[in-house]
Amino acid sequence: SVSQSCMVRISSLYPPPLALASCAKPRDPALKKRDDFEDILEERRSSSDLRYALRCYVPVVYKGIAPCKPGVLKTAVLQSDRLRHVMSKETGESADVIREEASGILEEMAHRLRLGTVRFFAYSLSKAFKALFQRVRVNEDGIQRLQQSIQEHPVVLLPSHRSYMDFLIMSYILYTYDLSLPVIAAGMDFLGMKIVGEMLRMSGAFFIRRSFGGDKLYWAVFSEYVKTMLRNGYAPIEFFLEGTRSRTCKSLTPKLGLLNIVMEPFFKGEVFDVSLVPISISYERVLEEALYARELLGVPKPKESTSGLLKARKILSEDYGSIHVYFGHPVSLRSLAQGRINRSQYNLLPRHIPRRPSQETQAFVNETAYRLVRLQEENMVLRPWVLVAALLLQNPDGVDMERLVEQTSWLRGLAVSFGAFLDWPDYVSASKAVASSLALHTGLVRTEGGRAQLAMEPKEPGSPEEDLFDRAASVLSCASYRNQILHVFLRPALLGMAMQMAEASRKDDIYSCFSFLRDVFSNEFILCPGGTVQDFDEACYMLTKCAAVHVQKQEVVATEKGQRILSFLTSLFQPFLKGYQVGPAPFLELVDYPRHFCFLGFLPSATSELTCYEALSSDVQKNALAALLRMKVVRKLKV
Amino acid sequence: MASDGHGSERQRAASRRLSAIAGHLRTAGQQQRPQVAGIHCKAESSSDGEEAARSTTVPRRRQEVMKWNGWGYSDSRFLFNKKGQAEFTGRRYRLSGMVLPSLKDWFESTFGASLQHKSPATATLNASAVPFPSLNEAFLQDLKSTGIPFSHEAEDRVFRAHGHCLHEIFALREGKFGRVPDLVVWPNCHEDVVKTVDLACRHNVCLIPYGGGTSVSSALECPPDETRCIVSLDTSQMSRILWIDEKNLTAHVEAGIVGQDLERLLNESGYCTGHEPDSMEFSSLGGWVATRASGMKKNVYGNIEDLVVHIKMVCPRGVVEKSCQGPRVSIGPDIHHFIMGSEGTLGVVTEVTIKIRPMPEYQKYGSVVFPNFEQGVACLREVAKQRCAPASIRLMDNAQFQFGHALKPQVSSIFTSFLDGLKKFYITKFKGFDPHHLCVATLLFEGDRERVLQHEKQVYDIAAKFGGLAAGEDNGQRGYMLTFVIAYLRDLGMDYYVIGESFETSVPWDRVLDLCRNVKERIVRECRERGVQFPPLATCRVTQTYDAGACVYFYFAFNYRGLADPVNIYGRVEHAAREEILANGGSLSHHHGVGKLRKHWMPESISDVGIGMLKSVKEYVDPDNIFGSRNLL
Repeated sequence: SVSQSCMVRISSLYPPPLALASCAKPRDPALKKRDDFEDILEERRSSSDLRYALRCYVPVVYKGIAPCKPGVLKTAVLQSDRLRHVMSKETGESADVIREEASGILEEMAHRLRLGTVRFFAYSLSKAFKALFQRVRVNEDGIQRLQQSIQEHPVVLLPSHRSYMDFLIMSYILYTYDLSLPVIAAGMDFLGMKIVGEMLRMSGAFFIRRSFGGDKLYWAVFSEYVKTMLRNGYAPIEFFLEGTRSRTCKSLTPKLGLLNIVMEPFFKGEVFDVSLVPISISYERVLEEALYARELLGVPKPKESTSGLLKARKILSEDYGSIHVYFGHPVSLRSLAQGRINRSQYNLLPRHIPRRPSQETQAFVNETAYRLVRLQEENMVLRPWVLVAALLLQNPDGVDMERLVEQTSWLRGLAVSFGAFLDWPDYVSASKAVASSLALHTGLVRTEGGRAQLAMEPKEPGSPEEDLFDRAASVLSCASYRNQILHVFLRPALLGMAMQMAEASRKDDIYSCFSFLRDVFSNEFILCPGGTVQDFDEACYMLTKCAAVHVQKQEVVATEKGQRILSFLTSLFQPFLKGYQVGPAPFLELVDYPRHFCFLGFLPSATSELTCYEALSSDVQKNALAALLRMKVVRKLKV
Repeated sequence: MASDGHGSERQRAASRRLSAIAGHLRTAGQQQRPQVAGIHCKAESSSDGEEAARSTTVPRRRQEVMKWNGWGYSDSRFLFNKKGQAEFTGRRYRLSGMVLPSLKDWFESTFGASLQHKSPATATLNASAVPFPSLNEAFLQDLKSTGIPFSHEAEDRVFRAHGHCLHEIFALREGKFGRVPDLVVWPNCHEDVVKTVDLACRHNVCLIPYGGGTSVSSALECPPDETRCIVSLDTSQMSRILWIDEKNLTAHVEAGIVGQDLERLLNESGYCTGHEPDSMEFSSLGGWVATRASGMKKNVYGNIEDLVVHIKMVCPRGVVEKSCQGPRVSIGPDIHHFIMGSEGTLGVVTEVTIKIRPMPEYQKYGSVVFPNFEQGVACLREVAKQRCAPASIRLMDNAQFQFGHALKPQVSSIFTSFLDGLKKFYITKFKGFDPHHLCVATLLFEGDRERVLQHEKQVYDIAAKFGGLAAGEDNGQRGYMLTFVIAYLRDLGMDYYVIGESFETSVPWDRVLDLCRNVKERIVRECRERGVQFPPLATCRVTQTYDAGACVYFYFAFNYRGLADPVNIYGRVEHAAREEILANGGSLSHHHGVGKLRKHWMPESISDVGIGMLKSVKEYVDPDNIFGSRNLL
């Protein structure tokens, strides 16, 4: 297969591992103490939403600064040295035209936060949330830490992105706890929704174009706008590191643009520090569940529109379980940059003149981004259902309830020992947890005669292609839940796969296989660049801890007891391995990237095995292709 | 507008002020006619009788008038009296003999200190604790034959083993001594220095020049691993004005003269240099040259590099000087710039020709209150842009303004206190200034009367554009007083578990605010992280303006109760603060110099090639490292 053949070539390029033994012992992830949650809907169910929406709202602000009006902010941006500099460099047009243009960009971009609109949202979201969710649970200790941070330094809120609900939830929570409302970077697509777009703008959203390649003026207005808000500590700035909603519920490779922008004021000494707050929002059931699966199979994403939103009202009648929002510890940018960034590199150039970040800076920003996404992952609350989903996917022909309960219980132990943040209190028995998981996801699972099985049979039979599509959609939906726990098992699983691949127990060999696999999957999962040694040690440590392997100076050997764990881990990641082996194959022949044919183009080779349904995911295919290109196994040809 | 009577009153006030600053030291026994000495070196006939005829304020036995383990004169110190009120002893200063009623509250509330918790210094110098001198006998023999006075008494040697860094004074107060010079010599003139340096080279003795001893860069610290005999070359007896040239307005002066003597002697001939560093009571002309000093009135008179016309320096390789006194020359890199800032690593500056000016006819203090520091900095920047800075203009931040306020002497009448109340009401209530944000610029104008008044108006007009309100002469004068007594105040703090120091930098205008904020915040954060129990005092002022930037001066102090190793923690915080300065575009030093305290940052400050340049000069001028203080490089 493709990956087998390239394996040989690539792994030989990698130098043997360096002094593995000398590395510090990784911390035990399970020891990590996490905060307790409070349900903020509880109070909403017992008191007036109207009074809540109209209550006195006096948030604490950064260093007691009075928030400036959106109009003042715009003027400050347009008159900034940076913008004046960039405008003076624009050629071809008169100064007035350029100024007009800049002003127009800003007009299109800027938020117009209004308390009235916020109150409207507070009211209507209270109603909506109560209808949709059983609970919205928030760690109040995190809120307290955030409140402290907001007063000390400019704050950047970095929530995970799984749903359109994310930023509504965020603002709703901050309003509830009397914290400054954030200004939120949103995609321009929302402006397509007539009234709603403008309402979002009035609740603090600012809109950026999805791509603006070489438009220097746009970039300057945009970055200066964000930096001005940050420098003045005007409001917490919120954006999604992942750049877009993850359709797969796996964290996405972070985008660096906005992170670069919010870090620059610190690098240039304009602020003392910036607090980066990773926030993990986990849904027991994502609203967009069905849509995502279809999108992954090549059905284009529906355009954001107000009428579409109104049509979506029907979801209000369904039960989406609970939401958990975990506000992580604020990360001090200053502490991260200590010893990494030499800030005096900015001494010799006027600070308003833009320049490309140095390599060390780029590497630092990239590493920080990964680190923050990993923090999001670590604090993502996992429901028992994700364990059940993982097991069901490994048993395509269904499984006895009894056995499912036993396996779930076993998996729970393993997950917890690997540090998973599992919302499964001790007093809830495994059978109960499994039963209630299945109850909430009846659309995905069929339980008959004491057996549970993925709901694969189409409701009304159609053409073979339609049936296949439906089956694939339900596998991908289910996979999106399993995906939520992959980050817990990723490193030990890579080690397990590496051990299989190396076919010997020499540590060096296993390490180079590990390193290779890690490289292959670095578009697929959050694997910090340059962290191979650390990840390897962490994997060894975790598997040693659960007695699955025995790590010696030169060797890594699987134990008897470890067989079950290792085989679970490798089969957990089997779909990805398969996906990478066969997924991009059709493109390799077609050469051109046939976006819209990804489903049909693959059809011939993938009807046999269930795991291969996942190879149909355009996400897997895209990542696999990117990996192959990156590793120079394949080459892009001009059409 | 002012009447003639008013004007002459002002003039009298001005001359009072001059004598206050320049002449606080004059003791009864030393009231004598100024003398401009002849050029003959009197070393040969040096005797006790001769000594009495000298006009210097600094005796060879400095310990007779100055503290051995603290700042300044023995008779002048702050203390809390039995009523718990602060007072300043002695008769030398304007504050001397006064009670400062608000200092205690400020002190206790700022530092969380208490008068109950004392940390007194060792009272007397225990000579037996001082390391025994390791003398180079051959050198000593030859030195004796020259007749140049010397001493190896413990007290003399200890006095010259330190400057005024916190760690140096702290150690003295605890009665701890590290490596101290083995011998002190007092050359009386250039020729004496030539002989001394010559002998040092011949016998491989390490020389460390000593001027006023006010260094705050560990420049006077003896390298602990120096095995050679260390000789402290004290220039204090070379303190004569050799000639005054009224046609060219220059004076030729021996480099050991201290600032206050130089000004006093020149004043009596109707001249001044106008060079007034805050340490001018004790620091010497040679020291200014060796550290690239800056004076508070540099806007009118210039910094030391603008003031010197000619320098004579004795090096192991010989004497270096220029052959003419041309006001500006294009003859290759200026060798004066090898000398200025050499910090005693190349040789001893013995004589300097310095510019002089007729004494100003009129002087006037002033002050402006700004609603916040940002506005104040913007005003100073505008003043610099218009190049209309008064002789001195300084902007204190809010904390320093309150500090200055705590030094207000007891008011003599109800009327004054009523007026103060009224002023405060006007500024805070009527004008809406927040007392926790407002800050004050202090001003000093100098020149002929018409011009001063005109100038004053111009500056106040600019200030008004930035929301500044004129706040009177008194506030201005008190601001300047703070700089003269701050070092005495540190000694008071150290009696009550409070340690602190000042440090400075220079920075481009656009980074002034960011640098001030970040450095102060860094200090607070570092203190907290290192277990300092109480929030520190971290305050700054902009003390000089230039076309392209400003000089910023920080005070930093904290209460060290509960800390096992306060000096070490102090050092780490100061180190962090300096890193922060450099990261924010500030310089390693504006005028304190590098010494040994800051030399760690030299390569990154001037590049490796720059270091190589300096090294190659050192290697040529002093190949055997006779001037072995190891400053700078």
